[in-house]
Amino acid sequence: MDLFIEQTVSGLATGAIYACLALAVVMIYQAIDHFNFAQGEMAMFSTYIAWYLMDDAGLGLPFWVAFVACIVLSFIGGAAIERIVFAPISDAPVLSHIIVFIALFSMFNSLAGFLFDFTPKNFETPFGHTPFIDGVISSHRVGMIAVTLILLGLIYAFFRFTPIGLAMRAAAASPESARLVGVRVGFMLALGWGLAASVGAVAGMLIAPITFLTPDMMLGTLLYGFAGAVVGGLTSPLGAVIGGFMVGILENWMGTFVVGSQLKLTVALVLIIVVLLVKPAGLLGRVVVKRV
Amino acid sequence: MTSTQVNGNVPAFLNENPKDRIVVLGVPLPLLERVGLFVLLAAVVVLPMVYDGYDIYEFGKILMYMLAVLGLNLLTGFNGQFSLGHSAFFAVGAYSTAIMMDQLGMPYWTTIIPAAAVCFVAGFLFGLPALRLDGLFLALATFALAIATPQLLKYDGIAHLTGGVQGIVLDTPYPPAWIDSIVMSITGEELSVDRWKYMFTAFVAVIMFAGAWNLVHSRTGRALIAIRDNPLSAKTMGINLAMFKSSAFGVSAMYTGVAGSLFAIMDEYLAPESFTFAEAIKFLVGGVVGGIASLFGAIFGGWFVLEIPNIADLVASSLADYINNPQGLTGLIYGLFLIFTVYVMPMGAAGLVQILVHRISTKR
Amino acid sequence: MKMLTTTMVSAVALTLAIGAAEARNAPGVTAKEIKIGNTNPYSGPAAAYSAIAKAIGACFDMQNGEGGVNGRQINFISVDDGYSPPRTVEQTRKLVEREKVAFLFQGLGTPTNSAVHTYMNKKKVPQLFVATGATKWGDPKNFPWTMGWQPNYQSEGIAYARYLLENNPDAKIGILYQNDDYGKDYVHGLENGLGAKAASMIIARESFEVTDPTVDSPIVNLKNSGADTFYNISTPKFAAQAIAKNFELNWAPLHLLNSVSNSIGSVVSKAGFEKGQGMISAAYLMDPTDPEWKSHDEYKAWNAWMDEYYPDGDKADSFTVLGYSACKTMIHVLENAGDDLSRENIMAQAASMKNYRAPMLLPGIKINTSASDFYPIEQWQLMRLKGEGWERFGDIIDGAVGSGS
Repeated sequence: MDLFIEQTVSGLATGAIYACLALAVVMIYQAIDHFNFAQGEMAMFSTYIAWYLMDDAGLGLPFWVAFVACIVLSFIGGAAIERIVFAPISDAPVLSHIIVFIALFSMFNSLAGFLFDFTPKNFETPFGHTPFIDGVISSHRVGMIAVTLILLGLIYAFFRFTPIGLAMRAAAASPESARLVGVRVGFMLALGWGLAASVGAVAGMLIAPITFLTPDMMLGTLLYGFAGAVVGGLTSPLGAVIGGFMVGILENWMGTFVVGSQLKLTVALVLIIVVLLVKPAGLLGRVVVKRV
Repeated sequence: MTSTQVNGNVPAFLNENPKDRIVVLGVPLPLLERVGLFVLLAAVVVLPMVYDGYDIYEFGKILMYMLAVLGLNLLTGFNGQFSLGHSAFFAVGAYSTAIMMDQLGMPYWTTIIPAAAVCFVAGFLFGLPALRLDGLFLALATFALAIATPQLLKYDGIAHLTGGVQGIVLDTPYPPAWIDSIVMSITGEELSVDRWKYMFTAFVAVIMFAGAWNLVHSRTGRALIAIRDNPLSAKTMGINLAMFKSSAFGVSAMYTGVAGSLFAIMDEYLAPESFTFAEAIKFLVGGVVGGIASLFGAIFGGWFVLEIPNIADLVASSLADYINNPQGLTGLIYGLFLIFTVYVMPMGAAGLVQILVHRISTKR
Repeated sequence: MKMLTTTMVSAVALTLAIGAAEARNAPGVTAKEIKIGNTNPYSGPAAAYSAIAKAIGACFDMQNGEGGVNGRQINFISVDDGYSPPRTVEQTRKLVEREKVAFLFQGLGTPTNSAVHTYMNKKKVPQLFVATGATKWGDPKNFPWTMGWQPNYQSEGIAYARYLLENNPDAKIGILYQNDDYGKDYVHGLENGLGAKAASMIIARESFEVTDPTVDSPIVNLKNSGADTFYNISTPKFAAQAIAKNFELNWAPLHLLNSVSNSIGSVVSKAGFEKGQGMISAAYLMDPTDPEWKSHDEYKAWNAWMDEYYPDGDKADSFTVLGYSACKTMIHVLENAGDDLSRENIMAQAASMKNYRAPMLLPGIKINTSASDFYPIEQWQLMRLKGEGWERFGDIIDGAVGSGS
């Protein structure tokens, strides 16, 4: 088959990985108006929890039980991190928050290696690894794209149609005013963190069957996830998913036909900067007008 | 999110007038500061007379990291721009020096100024697009820069210069003969390479520190702070925002880059693995823990980033009686340290000192 | 006149120093103890390798339990360098100058060891059996205090090249390599081994970074290049990905899998045995998950040691075998050194091993070193994946790189 088409399909499949993670990035950005640089590591750790729940070396639960349990646990964990770690320093400068993200990054990474060691782990998939289109794309990757789209629908509906979604946006964008109109800002922040952690967990569980589960699976991936979210627009879940796919495809095209495989990360870097400069709101994001 | 929120309060010592009136235990604050600087300078001079070998090497590294952190402080603390990617400029400085020594055969001490110039230009150029990025987005762009740096250094197209994946092994920086003979005539001993490396590093670090001190206390420095605190009114006062902000990025990159040059000379070896994201994190952690808007804070920050992994190591090893192979927990302990530090001193060590000074001071 | 005196004085001092060094043991050696230093990545991106140092620590624990070496207990001080060269310099200097270790053993990584290469040789402290397969560690002329242990990466590349030249001289080779010193050394090895034919036989090269999420895109390119032979130079996670991806793409070239990632337990079984049938790899150590060794005495001893001294360790992880075998080699050298534990003698003993068989090496593989040969292990055996295990075939192959030269 034509190299171009094959690279495009392969990019689409990798793009699904980025799209998943970009959704998690958008989720947290909506909730706290921030990036969470520890998001990748948190997702990785959630995935290890799922692995422990379902693997024979752990509890040996059926896949879907472990899947749901992992999402619930991640939600609790994410909310707990907000309440325990971030609530006390909510007034501290942004830089302090970034330092805490770095701290969390280091802690989850270290803990995962300590608890589960570093040898790559196999992560089960309910979709199997059988060919979907022979020689082109496997059933898991198709399943992954499907789950990503379902997730997208859920998140979209959450922000669009539920009052909680709206309140969460309000709490993130303007805590003072939100408080005045009766939004429980602390509760909203915890909820946002919990949801973001859950979305991250789903992303991790979809990615792991492809990349294999290791403590370092997310470092590079997160950068592409950020790139996807930025390209699509940080305020738009749909944009993030499209952005993720675009980054995946663009990366393959550039790597194959333009700059060679040695500069792929640089492509992501340049992409981020160019989009931020030319169209800071991303493809589908809202333009935020700032009062000065 | 505007850059004003980066760092809310202006450190007291930057506002010339109110500070002059502060008296700490009967001593005016500016005098106290000057005395503090003097004591520090004296310590820097005395150290190589007392220490040698590994110890003096460590002190040299603290000064080197101090410079790197200082670079970030000038950017973030005094100008309100973020960077998670200063490892890139550290790398540019280190590689500039290494390539000048390795390819052009230049003596190590002649490479500092050209390397500083290269880094200033690199920072200035990166600062131009960065102008248009708000705090958080700049953090993201620089995060990407930090992750991509090692890959760029290895790129085959420039591997003949950078040594590619192998890195570059550099010649040992021996002291010039005349210095050696002066030391010989005074002490009767030969000057060890470790001591000389420290003296060279200290010489550069002191000059650069003094430069930063003057910059921050000058009109330019006040303009930078004005931009940080209120870009719009700074503009109306006739400050050329773009020029100042890009230049601030350039100066910042220059400081961190010179630290990189000193690093290359000190370790006599560099490789792409020396300039990872973790290095950028180090500088940021040093800056925040020391106090991002304080020059004194950078010294503490330099010490902190060098020593904290050792302390984390020590704590981890002390758990050996309770846990098997506790060394894997170093990262966890490091993270706990960071969170604890942010809780206890949200404005860094310098902020803590400020609060203490405030407590015991009186106004004239 | 003054100069003459100085020269004479320093000459005398030099003689004294040499005399003293011969009579005196290395720092860190007492009547009861030998202090050995080590740097390893317990944190950071390469932390998977810390299993080696943990295994070494556990192995010395066992030795100490059995009375140590010539009545001396081994005090193995292993510290974290996070795979960061500047940190390695700090930690190494601390070990040498403050902890006063007798020597360093099995420091991990090429860039990290490179950072202290000059320092160790200037200080004349042995940098023994470094845990990296770069070729530069066997250079006794310029670096007489540094020695590797495992066979170097290039020699493995040469082994594959010879196999190809014999069995398929018209092979069209596509290379996937990790973009670092390790990956490039493997590529050089293959090129050297193929000699003049390298240019015509290697038709595609694709690199990847350790930070890349997957190796999908380079593999698609290699498949489309028309290569019929796939030379896979990647670390475990990426090797498993590549095996799975080839299968997904219906691409079935002759797959040459580098030994770094040929563990049955942590790579091949994870990717799926059915996806890797017919792969060829090279080995010098026993694979602990290979059923063939279950009844071997050395395996049984290793297994018992794992149970008692390193129960947290992963028995499928071949790093534990590497650490154990390297540790046994170190003990062998120290035993040979007897009571003369000067740095010179330890180095001399390490450089005069004759047909030593470290436990868990493949049958037939021996360690040989001399004053001009600083490559302890230089032999390989090729093997092919069949069913759920590797089937070794052919003779033991001698890696030619730098042997003696």
